[in-house]
Amino acid sequence: MKVLESLIAEAEVARVLQICNACRYCEGFCAVFPAMTRRLEFPKADIHYLANLCHNCGACLHACQYAPPHEFAVNVPQALARVRLHTYAQYAWPAGVGRLYQRNGLVLAVAVWLGLAFFLILAMALKGSSSGSGFYAVFPHGLMAGLFAPVFGYALLALGLGVARFWRDEDPGAASAPAVQEATVNVLKLTYLDGGHGQGCNNDDDRWSQARRHAHHATFYGFGLCFAATSVATVYHYVFGWVAPYGWTSLPKLLGTLGGIGLIVGPLGLAWLNVQRDPRQGDAAQKPLDLGFIALLLGISASGLLLALTRWPLLAPAMPLLLCLHLGAVMALFLTMPYSKFAHGFYRGAALLKWSVERRLPTTLRLGSE
Amino acid sequence: MLDVLVIGGGNAALCAALVAREAGASVLLLEAAPRDWRGGNSMHTRNIRCSHDAPQDVLTEAYPEEEFWQDLLKVTGGLTTEALTRRVIRDSATCRSWMRRHGVHFQPSLSGTLHLSRTNAFFMGGGKALVNAYYRSAEALGVALRYDAAVERLEFDGSRFVAAQLVGGVRIAARSCVVASGGFESNREWLREAWGCNERGEWPADNFAIRGTRYNQGVLLKDLLAQGADRIGDPTQAHMVAIDARAPLYDGGIVTRVDCVSLGIMVNQAGERFDDEGEDFWPKRYAIWGRLVALQAGQIGHSIIDAKAVGRFMPPVFKGVQADTLPQLAQQLGLPETAFMQTVNDYNAACRVGTFDHAVLDDCATVGLTPPKTHWARPIDTAPFFGYTLKPGVTFTYLGVKVDERAAVHFAGQPSANLYAAGEVMAGNVLGKGYTAGVGMTIGTVFGRIAGASAAAAARASA
Repeated sequence: MKVLESLIAEAEVARVLQICNACRYCEGFCAVFPAMTRRLEFPKADIHYLANLCHNCGACLHACQYAPPHEFAVNVPQALARVRLHTYAQYAWPAGVGRLYQRNGLVLAVAVWLGLAFFLILAMALKGSSSGSGFYAVFPHGLMAGLFAPVFGYALLALGLGVARFWRDEDPGAASAPAVQEATVNVLKLTYLDGGHGQGCNNDDDRWSQARRHAHHATFYGFGLCFAATSVATVYHYVFGWVAPYGWTSLPKLLGTLGGIGLIVGPLGLAWLNVQRDPRQGDAAQKPLDLGFIALLLGISASGLLLALTRWPLLAPAMPLLLCLHLGAVMALFLTMPYSKFAHGFYRGAALLKWSVERRLPTTLRLGSE
Repeated sequence: MLDVLVIGGGNAALCAALVAREAGASVLLLEAAPRDWRGGNSMHTRNIRCSHDAPQDVLTEAYPEEEFWQDLLKVTGGLTTEALTRRVIRDSATCRSWMRRHGVHFQPSLSGTLHLSRTNAFFMGGGKALVNAYYRSAEALGVALRYDAAVERLEFDGSRFVAAQLVGGVRIAARSCVVASGGFESNREWLREAWGCNERGEWPADNFAIRGTRYNQGVLLKDLLAQGADRIGDPTQAHMVAIDARAPLYDGGIVTRVDCVSLGIMVNQAGERFDDEGEDFWPKRYAIWGRLVALQAGQIGHSIIDAKAVGRFMPPVFKGVQADTLPQLAQQLGLPETAFMQTVNDYNAACRVGTFDHAVLDDCATVGLTPPKTHWARPIDTAPFFGYTLKPGVTFTYLGVKVDERAAVHFAGQPSANLYAAGEVMAGNVLGKGYTAGVGMTIGTVFGRIAGASAAAAARASA
């Protein structure tokens, strides 16, 4: 990542926050501004923390008396968004690999997906039929598990180490149970996309809307349900020896179908909102990163749902191809995961926990009243 | 024909337009500014002062009508119209549910403003968020909006409004009209004329910054007064605050204020103190210092603090000039070093430090010093030292047109049948001088709504 570029992005945040800290009108919108008022100066670590605390809801941009064309040119969501990407890169593990964030766009995501799918199709064609049944006739279970487990493990390790660096950079101290609980609720409810008044956030203009929050919920919980489906199926396989395919009313199938629908509706909504968003809100240059991630999620859910339908005889011949597409998408998501938009959830969660810890500490400032 | 023409695009204009539209009138609102700068001074506001008899959502305790009235009586020194002012206070108790219906959100008082939590309801996101909400609501209700639409002149038949003449030649006739186009504080020529030339041969107003919009040129105010509308308020008076001298010429808004005056000393260009920095809490004194600085040479003052004050006042938007020694600070601020050091040494020697507490009127005062510093006097002796150069910033002007309880503009003592005024252009009826936080928005909201209702009724009557 270009050092100069990230220094400029950080200097802009420090400049903007000095103005915000003298104004404070936006305190009610989210956690960024109350966190800001606990500080007088904004060194690098504070900027990284605040950048990841921001949900890019846009409320403070549309409400800002100093937003462009004002000569102060205050644009908090944009300034923080620009730093945010740099923070992912700077904390990334292993160091240096973080530059992948900049290249991890829509094209790369789709290329990795299709490349992997093609590879799988090729492997399948060369191998011919095998002894298993259903999916496992195409790819034996052991092979799938052996491929995915290490890649997923690596993704979690890389993200975990990155977030640990982020946490240590400005360690607010031990997290109490209430702080953890509060941060968890803030993550699960997306509290800071509600505008502080419960009517949601801004997207294409100053109108409030819950659309983004709902689309994100569908995506988040859809992903969670799909993950749960896979986990349950794993238990079925290894603990009970029940081998897929499972019936329509089985737990893995129910969870997967529900999750799959969420992962269709949610990402479609997020993509639509992303494209419609006021270009001043956030960093438009990062849209490829957002859309690449969204495309992979959609690829997984669409191919997965279609795959489920291949039990219907009419679609059965398409099963091997859909399986390759599905596995390719899942593999592509896992491979790019530590250096994709996926990271935002981890850093956001950590920042929210920092906030929940920090706001329980006494402030060191005694600013008097204005 | 159009029922109600609203001239102006800030809080009062929007309230008038919304109420007139709710009453069934066809409404056109003309905002002189382009869309990006819509909302006049309202976009820099942050709260509305409201009376209430018990805690209400974001408002704590109670703020009874009588206390609000006494507060206004005190700040205006009696320069107020009791009937109108009491109406404003009474309606302030009930206007917030209407504001909410039109999309305004409130939040608890901001950090650093606890002293206002009882009296003032803060807009979530500030005045621009309020303005955005009102425009959105107006569009939804079918109020016609036009930006970049500056009115040059009004056409009358006696005291009866006939039409408005826009810059560029368009003429718009309507059955009634609400003028809510603000004061004249952005008109530098007019300010220059009002302030005149001082004994040093300076034109002080040339060195003022305007804290709000550049669009309050007072064109309609001047036109109304020229066409016989009754005048209220002193044209030479303006609400002024000492703000950072680096503030932009317009729209610096709230962030340019510097809140450390009471923690240190204030000197002029000659390096001399000129008033008691510790007379009272800063929220009660900030407006006084605007005028005090305006009276100094070059309309400049320098607030000097030391390291002990850091972290004890609201962070200012611009960093102060910083130096490790006082002579260096004097040099950097362009002050005569000898005179400045004399001032600081005299002050330091006169400080009788008791128990310093910025939250109360403490017992730290100077002895035998002129002018004295009566509270929070501590020697300026701990490096690093900081200096903030201040100049006067004009918030608004007091000159306006006289109105009655229905917001009708008076001509030779008689109310016009269809011309109404709201907001800054008539605020002088309530606030002849002085100010207290949030009362401008109270006047704008209450009289905006009254004017809108009156204009709709007048339009109905003449239809």
